[in-house]
Amino acid sequence: MDKRLERILPRVQKPARYTGGEYNQIIKDKAAVDIRLAFCFPDTYEIGMSNLGMSILYHTMNSLDFVWCERVFAPWGDMYEEMNKAGLPLYALESGDSLDQFDALAFSVGYEMAYTTVLDMLHMAGLPLRSKDRPNLLPLVFAGGSAAVNAEPVADFMDLFVIGEGEEMNNELLTLLHQAKQEGWTKRDFLIRAARIPGVYVPSLYDVQYKSDGTLDSITPLEGAPEKVTKRIVLDFDKAPFPTSPIVPSTEVVHDRVNLELFRGCVRGCRFCQAGHIYRPIRAKKPETLIQQGIECLKNTGHQDVTLLSLSTSDYRHLNQLCDGMLEYCESRSIGLSLPSLRADNFSMELMEKLQKVRKSGLTFAVEGGSQRLRDAINKNVTEEDLLHTCAIAFAGGWNNVKLYYMLGLPTETDEDIVGIAEMANQVLHCWRQNASNKNRGVKITISTSCFIPKPHSPFQWEAQISKEEYLRRVELLRSSITARNVTYNWHDAETSVIEAALSRGDRKLSDVIEEVWKNGGRLEAWSDYFSYQRWVDAFAKCGLDLDFYASRERGEEELLPWDMIDVGVRKAHLLHERQQCYASALSPDCRKQCSACGAARLLKGGKCDG
Amino acid sequence: MDKLRLRFEKTGRAVYISHLDLMQTMQRAFARAEYDLKYSEGFNPHPQISILLPLSVGAASRCELMDFKLKTDVDLQELPRRLTAVLPEGIVVTDCYESQRKVAQLKYLRIQGVFEYDDRDPAAMAGELRNFFAAPEIVITKKTKRGFGEADIKPAIREIAFTAADQAVTLEAVISAQEPTLNPELLAEALRQKAPALAPDFAKFTRVETYDADMEIYR
Repeated sequence: MDKRLERILPRVQKPARYTGGEYNQIIKDKAAVDIRLAFCFPDTYEIGMSNLGMSILYHTMNSLDFVWCERVFAPWGDMYEEMNKAGLPLYALESGDSLDQFDALAFSVGYEMAYTTVLDMLHMAGLPLRSKDRPNLLPLVFAGGSAAVNAEPVADFMDLFVIGEGEEMNNELLTLLHQAKQEGWTKRDFLIRAARIPGVYVPSLYDVQYKSDGTLDSITPLEGAPEKVTKRIVLDFDKAPFPTSPIVPSTEVVHDRVNLELFRGCVRGCRFCQAGHIYRPIRAKKPETLIQQGIECLKNTGHQDVTLLSLSTSDYRHLNQLCDGMLEYCESRSIGLSLPSLRADNFSMELMEKLQKVRKSGLTFAVEGGSQRLRDAINKNVTEEDLLHTCAIAFAGGWNNVKLYYMLGLPTETDEDIVGIAEMANQVLHCWRQNASNKNRGVKITISTSCFIPKPHSPFQWEAQISKEEYLRRVELLRSSITARNVTYNWHDAETSVIEAALSRGDRKLSDVIEEVWKNGGRLEAWSDYFSYQRWVDAFAKCGLDLDFYASRERGEEELLPWDMIDVGVRKAHLLHERQQCYASALSPDCRKQCSACGAARLLKGGKCDG
Repeated sequence: MDKLRLRFEKTGRAVYISHLDLMQTMQRAFARAEYDLKYSEGFNPHPQISILLPLSVGAASRCELMDFKLKTDVDLQELPRRLTAVLPEGIVVTDCYESQRKVAQLKYLRIQGVFEYDDRDPAAMAGELRNFFAAPEIVITKKTKRGFGEADIKPAIREIAFTAADQAVTLEAVISAQEPTLNPELLAEALRQKAPALAPDFAKFTRVETYDADMEIYR
């Protein structure tokens, strides 16, 4: 271990997150590999090690024998200061080697607020921030993850992006890099060739021009780069590579458990939801595959908890069979099985009882809108009746803790809808009084609201975000409408949402703003400990850009959007149609009732969407 | 099997695993090796494992002891190898046996330490360290549960010896393990408080052996 590091570690909080050495980490002989890859997660170890995508890709990229992929996370503030003081550059956990010894840096970016941390990690690695200032082929700096569906705000910092699922695409890219390194290609030659790999987006091969009003005028591909970069997907998800020997952290992380991914995509089509659209088409694993992978994972990790992941777990067709199979293994071993993302409309008593056998936790429902009209407008197909029916079952079964999630600022929302949230909480309370199996234990109903953020590639990608002041007015309206003692109200601050809204639909001009914020100390801004709204406001002002233009401006439907060169499968015409349905407060059937021909199924190349 | 004791090493990168995290790590390793730990009864069952002398984060050990219970009879000869194979880097199980002795009988620890001096003369330092620790009492300010208090650490040091090395002085000591417990880090802390000129630039420690009150090896 580096002597400087050895002296720092006793002084920082939770030093085990900075050392590597965990069970199931992958160690290779550096002399025997040609490409050393630093897989960078722009947040803390605890967050990154909870990320299933990171775990999958760590293993798929390491399956290439010429690649050694190692993990790099962002240090927390105390460690960051100690590293700077000691002049210790960013290093990878497996080997402890500093990033200047690596051939490529791959960033996993799932969230816009991580952008400044990406810049900070590049800086800590000793690299120039912008792609154009790194003339050599190596180290190649690229990124992927769900934020890459609009990569423009960080386009100037990256050599390329991988759009969509990386299981196959990343390895094709690394194979090309391996060839380029051996044959001594220039960076430009490599990028032109890489742009031919389906799913690879090379920003420097797209010329972007703006109109005088600040909106886009044109996006022109160069050097044979495709006009539209189509998202990559795994065609046969049941056979997709899945690590059954994931790394077991030696210190506590956020999601410290076995994660099983039931299916990708979502049948629901909630109009505010980006994930529900960008992860389509729907592809599920067979229950037998999941049970086998789950048991293998539990055996190889020793974890005491397993979670069934997806965007909407109760929409998995074989959920009962899967739960039965998992519980058969878990119960006798005191292993807990949990199912997040249950929906209020099809939550069954049978399922609840199954879960209750092992452990009982609180119930959380994302209701999103306070009235039926609003829920119809956003296509959140949950009725008050469904919710109360589910709560009645749960209260009768002994649950006494219910959380209800809403968004404020959704398109078409009125004050009446907001007051409706408080009324619904009262209904839930009334339902508890009528159904609770044990009233002595009391009940806790929690309402949480966040500020709606319009996201690219969702039907609401053209919408304006409400202002911070208007959000606070709505918060206050709701707060004053809640009268019951057993109902708690938490609201997320609006400032982060405003910045997130600006970044998520931003263009390349925002790179200057992001760099300015980083220069003024911005990093780990997904954490309220480190986020500063004023720093962003100042940076926008200094760069001569208008925050409202990005956050709270409604986009014209004919406007060329910064992310229009990215094709995630779902057609723009479908998104527009869904937006119009919103203003008519009209529901669209879910994929299982009737296929809406959203366009994502064509990515399957003749395969069948499980919608 | 109810009265089982594990002896293991915790060195290298594993020294940064905290006591609580180590308990979790051990529990998972037992599950991976397919040994069924016995759980406590009650509303919130937890595996019955207990580490005899919790080790500070950053300190190494070649003589950690942990008591545990298993639901079934197993081959104790095979257990160290099977468990080590599924433990993180730096944790090595050296022995497993049915314990005969009570935890309270564990009295002394032999430790080795390294005091790093970046730009001072190790030979001169070793001499001064010997003098410092020869004092009849070494009273330092210590953080206690109720704020700060004064404590004499000298009675907890049974023997201590210093040897000059390359840019460092190594020490070997026998210190009290329980009643009172002496955290070896306090040896360096005493210097920072009482003789700053002797305070090392960095100090690290390794536990090497456990003893009872008669200085017989404790197992």
